Amino acid sequence: MFAWLRARLAQGMRTSPFPRVGTAFPTRFRGRPVRDPARCRDACRGCAARAPSGFLTSVPDGPVELDLGACLFSPEEAGACPDGAISYSRDHRMAASTRDALVTPTGEVALARALDARARKLFRRSLRLRSVVVGSCSGCEAELVALGNVVFDMARFGIQFVASPRHADGIVVTGAVNTNMRVALEKTYAAVPAPKLVIAVGACAASGGPFAGSPEVAGGVGNILPVDLWVPGCPPHPLTMLDGLLRLLGGITA
Amino acid sequence: MSRFDELGLRNRRTIAWSAVPRESVDAFGATVCGAVERGWRIASLFGMPEIDDRTCLVAILANDTRGELGATSTLVGDAYPALTPACPQAHAFEREIAEQCGVVPDGHPWLKPLRRHPPDHLPPGRNAGAGVLDREAHPFYRVEGEEVHEVAVGPVHAGIIEPGHFRFQAHGERVLFLEIMLGYQHRGVERLLERLERDRGVLVAEAIAGDTVIGHAGAYCGALEALARSRKTPRGQTVRGIALELERLANHIGDLGAIAGDVAFQPAAAYLGRMRGECLNLLMALSGNRYGRGLVRPGGALFDVTPDMAGEMRDRLQRLGAELEPVLTLLFESASVQARLEGVGVVPRAACLEYGFVGPVARASELSRDVRYDHPWGIFRFAHIPVATMWAGDVFARALVRRLEIQRSLEFTIEQLGALPKGPARVDCGPLRSGELAVAMVEGWRGEIVHVVITDEQGRVRRHKVTDPSFHNWTALGLAMPGNEISDFPLCNKSFNLSYAGHDL
Repeated sequence: MFAWLRARLAQGMRTSPFPRVGTAFPTRFRGRPVRDPARCRDACRGCAARAPSGFLTSVPDGPVELDLGACLFSPEEAGACPDGAISYSRDHRMAASTRDALVTPTGEVALARALDARARKLFRRSLRLRSVVVGSCSGCEAELVALGNVVFDMARFGIQFVASPRHADGIVVTGAVNTNMRVALEKTYAAVPAPKLVIAVGACAASGGPFAGSPEVAGGVGNILPVDLWVPGCPPHPLTMLDGLLRLLGGITA
Repeated sequence: MSRFDELGLRNRRTIAWSAVPRESVDAFGATVCGAVERGWRIASLFGMPEIDDRTCLVAILANDTRGELGATSTLVGDAYPALTPACPQAHAFEREIAEQCGVVPDGHPWLKPLRRHPPDHLPPGRNAGAGVLDREAHPFYRVEGEEVHEVAVGPVHAGIIEPGHFRFQAHGERVLFLEIMLGYQHRGVERLLERLERDRGVLVAEAIAGDTVIGHAGAYCGALEALARSRKTPRGQTVRGIALELERLANHIGDLGAIAGDVAFQPAAAYLGRMRGECLNLLMALSGNRYGRGLVRPGGALFDVTPDMAGEMRDRLQRLGAELEPVLTLLFESASVQARLEGVGVVPRAACLEYGFVGPVARASELSRDVRYDHPWGIFRFAHIPVATMWAGDVFARALVRRLEIQRSLEFTIEQLGALPKGPARVDCGPLRSGELAVAMVEGWRGEIVHVVITDEQGRVRRHKVTDPSFHNWTALGLAMPGNEISDFPLCNKSFNLSYAGHDL
């Protein structure tokens, strides 16, 4: 018993001061990608072909666009621009309310809007979520689990994962939506009582991620369910998820 | 028996594809079964589409005492006599071959679909309908009896867990049989690795199992580097080794925390959950991502450890070790914890040998099996980490093996960060040689990861076979459960913590 207490005292208080205080990410942290138009020669368009994902797109006569939903946050994707116009910032905030909001010419994302007044009233102080994994690598799930540890401790914001869709206010979808989980995803969504939220976490849920193009995956959840929050990342940092969730609930507005 | 063992094949060495013996089907079976009888192990067994309607079966065998690998092959049509009745190690591989290649192993005692997907490695002369395992035609094994009941769990689980289906046959609380049906995470990884260029392929390799990024990327790059005859820099190999051990630390610490949580020992669960994050944060400081994505690339490591960073990482690891020790002591010396872990989920040593289990599961049953020691590569050829073994084979033994490995990985990383070799962390990795076979093995935190790559005459990847340790070890979980109470399943499951994504590919 004394050993337990001694360990408790030695461990101390470890919960992150987020969102009151900003978090210092290490120098190499790859957060929200940005494109510097001054350094980009739009005419070159080589980056879209070089990037090893669907992150960079260009239409004829249009600007180069960054699709954060397809970004795997690899060094090579930013390195696809020979002029160094594309880089990763240390900004962890990038969750958006619509899939289209993740596609921008500069990487400036219109961050997620709060739910409407009625939904906020229902979910603001108590949001129960059900996790559904549909063809992922389990990286996003590992970060969802991390949201429950003492550092991120999302329960202090009233957010919790529950065991049954029938107890849930919404589902968190991770994975590229593969053939073998398609039915289970639809059934789980149907089992959640309305009004219900769908939160798409990670590059796979937005675009198929690294598995885009495989005949076994649908390439994201967007065409299957109505999504309320998109969290980019491969996998997203827990604070990226938490930031998105709190914006959705109106807990972060700045 | 062919000269499968005289090819000079080793971990990360290549041989000419034409040098691999091509045997008759019967001789192939005799070679594989005979080798396993003499102590070799099936590291990989897979099918590769050949001309017309033929499929080439390739077996990669490992001799752990000699640190050698062997290879043999045969050509089959739409069926061949199964190896499994004589050699149970082949059972999952043969189910995989049936599903991927549409080749039926005749006489296989448990020929059910493994992942439930249409065949994706059919030879050109076969039509897609032939030989496909019917997904719905395989009911679960059932135990009949008036008081026997069935419990179905999944694919959507109660926690934040990957999808899989567990079917228990239980009498009261006692489990009589557990059948595990997987495949819900199938994404078509092998076909992607065979089709994609390597800049995208390495991103797929990093996503084979999200908690084993360094392990799988290391095996992927190891195979390509061998095929490209890429120079390996001591510094690049050391940085990769450090990252691999950080990955092991993160997962072992996290799993011990989860085991503590499953027996309701909350203090250790909370502390260890936080310390797992500390290891991930070290990987983030190194590579910019909490799981080490972007670090391991063909030719070395994309990010180097700067002198300042090495000092800071050492300090943080030493602090972690100091914080960890009292918590682990608390966990392992609490009588209430010991009582819940001992004697639960026993995997006998004989079963480990028979089915070819790997990693901490095998080591907890007194099997000294560790790629870092048996088939060393990179930094592990110079810096040896003692193999941690226990003998009881239960949840407690698996937890203790992980505890020992945590201590040894901590010592290793701290030591290596203080003695980084000079030179570049990465060099260019050129084009692949044509017509060769390479095997790259890594001791991931779950056990042996194997990537086998065969190139064609143009130097393109013809077959990329991935074997995650979970592919072997899911069978161990099924064997460990009968006789235990159904309420011990989460605990037992967590002591293995196998990958669904790594198995399902």
